[in-house]
Amino acid sequence: MTAASSDLVTLVLGIFGVLIVASAVGCLLERRLATDGPNAAVENLNARIRAWWAMVILIGLAFIAGRVGVLFLFAFCSFAALREFITLIYTRRADHWALASAFFLVLPIQYYLLWAEEYGIFSIFIPVYAFLLMPIVSVLRGDTERFLLRVAEVQWALMICVFCVSHVPALLTLDIPGYEGRNVLLIAFLVIVVQLSDVLQYVWGKLFGRTKIAPNLSPSKTVEGFVGGVASATLIGAALWWITPFTPVQAGLLSFIITLMGFLGGLVMSAIKRDRGVKDWGQLIEGHGGLIDRLDSVVFSAPIFFHVVRYWWSLS
Amino acid sequence: MGLTGGEIRMKALVAKVAAAAFVLFARAITAVRAIWPEEGLPAKPCVYFANHSSHGDFVLVWAVLPPRLRHRTRPVAGAEYWLKSHTNAFIGRDVFNAVLIEREREKRTQDPVALMVSAIDDGSSLILFPEGTRNQTEERLLPFKSGIFHLVDQRPEVDLVPVWINNLNRVMPKGEIVPIPLICTVTFGNTLRVAPGEDKEAFLERMRAALLALAPKPAGSGE
Repeated sequence: MTAASSDLVTLVLGIFGVLIVASAVGCLLERRLATDGPNAAVENLNARIRAWWAMVILIGLAFIAGRVGVLFLFAFCSFAALREFITLIYTRRADHWALASAFFLVLPIQYYLLWAEEYGIFSIFIPVYAFLLMPIVSVLRGDTERFLLRVAEVQWALMICVFCVSHVPALLTLDIPGYEGRNVLLIAFLVIVVQLSDVLQYVWGKLFGRTKIAPNLSPSKTVEGFVGGVASATLIGAALWWITPFTPVQAGLLSFIITLMGFLGGLVMSAIKRDRGVKDWGQLIEGHGGLIDRLDSVVFSAPIFFHVVRYWWSLS
Repeated sequence: MGLTGGEIRMKALVAKVAAAAFVLFARAITAVRAIWPEEGLPAKPCVYFANHSSHGDFVLVWAVLPPRLRHRTRPVAGAEYWLKSHTNAFIGRDVFNAVLIEREREKRTQDPVALMVSAIDDGSSLILFPEGTRNQTEERLLPFKSGIFHLVDQRPEVDLVPVWINNLNRVMPKGEIVPIPLICTVTFGNTLRVAPGEDKEAFLERMRAALLALAPKPAGSGE
């Protein structure tokens, strides 16, 4: 067994251990609290834990399938996220071809460029080519009703759901001396730290949360949850240094940056939900809401993490 | 048409596969989710009546119905469109087993209400679009045609279930050939019946209001 796959096995066993403990706690809470009828908070917690099992197994299978498996997984995430996003934005019939090309041209091309490892064009395809070509496709129908709003929303949807999401699998393309063949662990590091930060903010908030941090955006987020979640996720990130090319201090510093970005990204995506008058982005994942509800923090941290690692650690 | 037993079985098999493919495709594009009424769906044959804005409307209703109800549910559709070509006729008649009615009064050879009544008597449920045609206007719901009233006039004991299909008009507006993936919902309301002695106008208005009550606040329409 290579070093990468033995590290991966250790990691997966560790995550299964955490999930087994979580499932046991959820089961116990259900027995304790649900004696007089079902308890909504506990039911939601258990639905979330069950969904976590499914997500961990799915990501694990993609890792086993290798590069192509990871690319397909995140291409699917982009597709489902873009579908949720565009469902909530203002569109008109004149946007039909622009929207169709967002799904059936821009998205596949972005992931193809990643597969072909064409980094130069990969990093500007959506910010330059899609940015200029999409409004041209829309304008040709001659409908000017709220035109700027429409083209801006479609571009935002593409940036968030395709461009940012694709920076998670883009970690596979980095060429880090002494870390060859282990890049998949960088994806594991990013996803684990950011998602754990979300989970720990939720747990700390439920246990000790008193002071609301952003009552207009997200009534469930508290200062205590934020501080406890970010601090504990940073420590866990530092403790995971052995799966990364970083030293423990560097791993902790990077964890701090991505958990902070994740938290702030969650606020931005909450603001969009408030603006659109919805509670969740969709119903794809039971207990969690839509895919974007689970992915929002990863979306905001992935490109920053990618570029920091690329700038200081990578050759290419 | 002079088909042999083997050919008929073959055609039925192809129709079955095609039906499954339609349902799979509709689900992949729209991630369609059903919202059920508190009291559940009627077990007896009933009439699902829905808003109509796309050719895909009945596929979506069909796709979310539980299989045991789906197999005996037949859409009511315009014969002019569904017999236009061999492909249309195969999809309409063989795949979805539609009750095809002639919409143009002058050219009719069969009474549409009689066709619907006999389908219900045979134990089928119907998917009916009382607006009569696809709604291309800015109005949320067009006025209802009277067919549904004549139907319950003859079978007053039949259950009526309002069904609101949301967002499908944005997936594939009229004249477009490429669908845009958007999340759709299909909301089923509580069962209704015609009241004894209810007149046509009052009945149609009551049904239309019950259907409109299921419509969610328009998502993605700006406000």
